[in-house]
Amino acid sequence: MNLKITHAIVLMLALPSSLSASLGRDATSVQEDVAKMQGTLRTSSSNSYTLHEIQTPTGVAVKEYASPAGKVFAVTWKGPYHPDLRQLLGPYYDEYVQAVRIQRTQRAGHGPILIQHAGLVVEVSGHLRSFVGRAYVPQQLPAGMHVEDIR
Amino acid sequence: MKPARRYEIFSLLLAGILAATAGCGSSSRSSSTSSGGGSTAVNNVQTITVNTGPTAGPPINSPAINEPFTSVTVCAPGSTSNCQTISGILVDTGSSGLRILSSVLTISLPQQTGSGGNAVVECLPFVHGFTWGPVQAADLTIAGEEAKNLPIQVVGSVAFPTIPTSCSGQGAEEDDLKSLGANGVLGVGIFAQDCGDGCTITGSNNPGLYYSCSSSGCQVTTESLANQVANPVIFFATDNNGVIIDLPAVTGAEASITGSLIFGIGTQSNNALGSQTIYTLDPSTGNIATRFNNVTYPNAAFLDTGSNAIYFLDTATTGFSTCTDLTFWYCPTSTQTPSATNQGANGASGTFTFTVGNADTLTANGTVGVANGLAGPNSGMFDWGLPFFYGRKVYTAIENQNTPGGLGPYWAY
Repeated sequence: MNLKITHAIVLMLALPSSLSASLGRDATSVQEDVAKMQGTLRTSSSNSYTLHEIQTPTGVAVKEYASPAGKVFAVTWKGPYHPDLRQLLGPYYDEYVQAVRIQRTQRAGHGPILIQHAGLVVEVSGHLRSFVGRAYVPQQLPAGMHVEDIR
Repeated sequence: MKPARRYEIFSLLLAGILAATAGCGSSSRSSSTSSGGGSTAVNNVQTITVNTGPTAGPPINSPAINEPFTSVTVCAPGSTSNCQTISGILVDTGSSGLRILSSVLTISLPQQTGSGGNAVVECLPFVHGFTWGPVQAADLTIAGEEAKNLPIQVVGSVAFPTIPTSCSGQGAEEDDLKSLGANGVLGVGIFAQDCGDGCTITGSNNPGLYYSCSSSGCQVTTESLANQVANPVIFFATDNNGVIIDLPAVTGAEASITGSLIFGIGTQSNNALGSQTIYTLDPSTGNIATRFNNVTYPNAAFLDTGSNAIYFLDTATTGFSTCTDLTFWYCPTSTQTPSATNQGANGASGTFTFTVGNADTLTANGTVGVANGLAGPNSGMFDWGLPFFYGRKVYTAIENQNTPGGLGPYWAY
């Protein structure tokens, strides 16, 4: 990992709630996520992507990976609660919820979510007070970046 | 363990103020008011059944696999006649609190109210999404144990049809039989309450699980520990420090099995700690570590009767291919028996083997409700679901509760 911390921003301002982010949208939407989650932001970059790490006051760590072209192609979260996934998955949220419903019936029980659509991969695991999640758009991963790098 | 002890004191004060000002609906913990005080131990053994469950028949026609069910009896607090016994309740060591579908509840329970007399309604996050519904009080009877005036969640109540967007953004709604897969959930896990200290504080640090709802809508509210939906076990007069899941060994697939949910650890002759190894947990996550193929995955593993398979790692690290259609399960061509080592925060460790079968074969017959060998991917994590419990007696000790094995939380087997 050759990440360099370029700047750190603390944002406690509330932006209009009509703005939305994030997966598949411009990296500028990260600022809206920070405001909505009332979190703190740390941004760092490597050769193939820019990493925006948001720490929420409730203890959830959110990461948003943006391509050199400025598009968010992956998000992860980890903490005692889910972040607002409608906000975080943005245009993919409805597709995600629909896929969870289908998988719930197919699985004949409960277990971690594993959605593997052609244009969307989502994994959610954990238990009460400890959740982890990862979502990405496979086609938008920058050249040279591997899925394992999204953590 | 946690930096929030002062919040506990604060919340106790707050609870007292709320109880004094709001007046009604506040439930209080019935900790040690032993009425009998006699020497006869209560029946602490509840039968659990692993079978195709309440969704097997019409109209859902979706048989469950590796889901343990039981029955509970709930009464309006103080009543011996306004009662109902409900079957098809999922026994879940991965969550805490009793949740019952509004659609199966035929008795009326008192609504918990908060400041201003507004109804308290909860949004509880699960992996798949959330349950939404009001917090109400009930007297729970299970085996010979009683939890009086227990705050429970009534899921999917028609009285609160509008889900706040902050709740509906958590994933899929699990408020009916089809989506929840059970008539209710009996959460008897490691936590005393479902939310804990986070929900007792104001401002942006509050995760927003509890809402105060009036005719004009719902707002996030604080909720004292005493008022939160709680692990019913801590409400018992005795046998209140944890549970044991005792299930028979299983080879391959079966229609159903029965076993026991035993209340208490070291409180009666049938729940003593013997030669079991105690695995203490990371206090912030409730996880342990698992070592697999010479790689240790710290803080990445948990034991959960509410998960219906052993979900671990992925095809790249295990070499087990996933099924063609059901890609959330593994489908090795022949049954495999890998080994793994669980490691507690206390340094305790134990190595064991488990079974990874072909899920397509195991689940081909719709009458199968039990399948040892059901396993699937779970990137970087180990969810030791119900198959792990087959042929084991697994102890779950609740946080901050005293046991002969030390203070909870821990798992022992």
